[in-house]
Amino acid sequence: MQQQIVEILKEIRPEFEFEGVENFFDEGMLDSFDLMTLVSTLDERFLIKIDGTDILPENFANVESIEALVQRSKKR
Amino acid sequence: MKFKFKDKAITGMMVVVPEQERLFVDDMKMFNAPENRSRKLAMVMGYNAHRVVEDGVCASDLAEYGFKNLFETGKIKPEEIDALVYVTLSPDHFMPPTSCILHGKLGLRRDCFCTDIAQGCCGFIVGLLQALQLLEQQGVNKVAVVNADVLSRKVSPKDRNSYPLIGDAATITIVENRPGAGDVVADVRFDGTRSMALKVPAGGFRQPSTPETAIMSADEEGNERAPDNLVMDGTAVFNFVMADVPPMLSDLVMDAGKDFAGIDKYYFHQPNRFMLQKLAEKLDVPYEKMPNNVVEHYGNSSGATIPSAMALNDFESLCRETKKVCFSGFGVGLTYGGIVMNCGNFDFCETINYPNKGE
Repeated sequence: MQQQIVEILKEIRPEFEFEGVENFFDEGMLDSFDLMTLVSTLDERFLIKIDGTDILPENFANVESIEALVQRSKKR
Repeated sequence: MKFKFKDKAITGMMVVVPEQERLFVDDMKMFNAPENRSRKLAMVMGYNAHRVVEDGVCASDLAEYGFKNLFETGKIKPEEIDALVYVTLSPDHFMPPTSCILHGKLGLRRDCFCTDIAQGCCGFIVGLLQALQLLEQQGVNKVAVVNADVLSRKVSPKDRNSYPLIGDAATITIVENRPGAGDVVADVRFDGTRSMALKVPAGGFRQPSTPETAIMSADEEGNERAPDNLVMDGTAVFNFVMADVPPMLSDLVMDAGKDFAGIDKYYFHQPNRFMLQKLAEKLDVPYEKMPNNVVEHYGNSSGATIPSAMALNDFESLCRETKKVCFSGFGVGLTYGGIVMNCGNFDFCETINYPNKGE
């Protein structure tokens, strides 16, 4: 799943390498607009509906936190 | 604060949008972001076309145009209007109240009550609520609620956060006592601790406009704006809507003796498609029961978006049948509220263009 998440991130911001980065927002790799595009793409690709209250930068800070959120959303 | 009313109804609705249309494909050339990234964002948010006024056009010009159309076509008469509730965040002047300017231009009666309300995203709810309260007074039978804004004049064209979604419009909603119309249940809440999440920093008495407040600078996301421009903390507003609006609506619908499935249609404020889809998911309401296409056609026109959504999507059915509807507005203030009522069999429900005047 992590590989798929990285591919999605690179579709949105192809100029960055996302593996191993601790916080995409602190590093200026994602902004609040990218976050909306990312949520929409994750919903579509993983057939989930990420809860609106989970759309917080900390849940999308790095590949691991995104994976954890996708897993949580799949269980709903 | 919760409210209950009986036997009051919306009987007509008129939406006025400027003829001038801007397209997102043109807007995005002004943004400090690659085209591909902007296009992806547009798909998610619903950015497409938005209606904005020409230079110098005020919100009350759109409202006056709408009223004159209603008078000329005989849908209402000026002497029938017992009260005019004018809701805006873009008044013509600091003084006089814009409702008084309209009162004069429209030739309303001297005893027609006029008031301005400074509300935006929740302005339809607050304005309708004021009308419902006025209708409790003996002798008040017809109230005109105007939601009018031209906030495009306050948004920087280089602000990707706000410019592509902003639209201008005026709407006129006629509210009357109607025996047998049924119960109206309302709830409006406020959180002033977060009032600065959506603001125009300069131009009031706290920070008057000066040549310096017109100077633009870039934020950390590359959007350029000046203190004279509207600025929105989009993340804070989104999180507020997702966390605070659903519990309020849950209480409201329960107070109306319904559950979410028992509401025929949800006419909500139209910030963008993404937020409305996420809100529909939170409420477990099918997307088709909650229109989300006003930003795509006209842009977000502040308090005017709810009537715009109704006239855009359901102008025929609203004149033909009655539905149980839930209105909700949320945003600047921060203010959030909702109304559940029977709605339909309108005498009119239409959208007209305010013509371009320039060459």
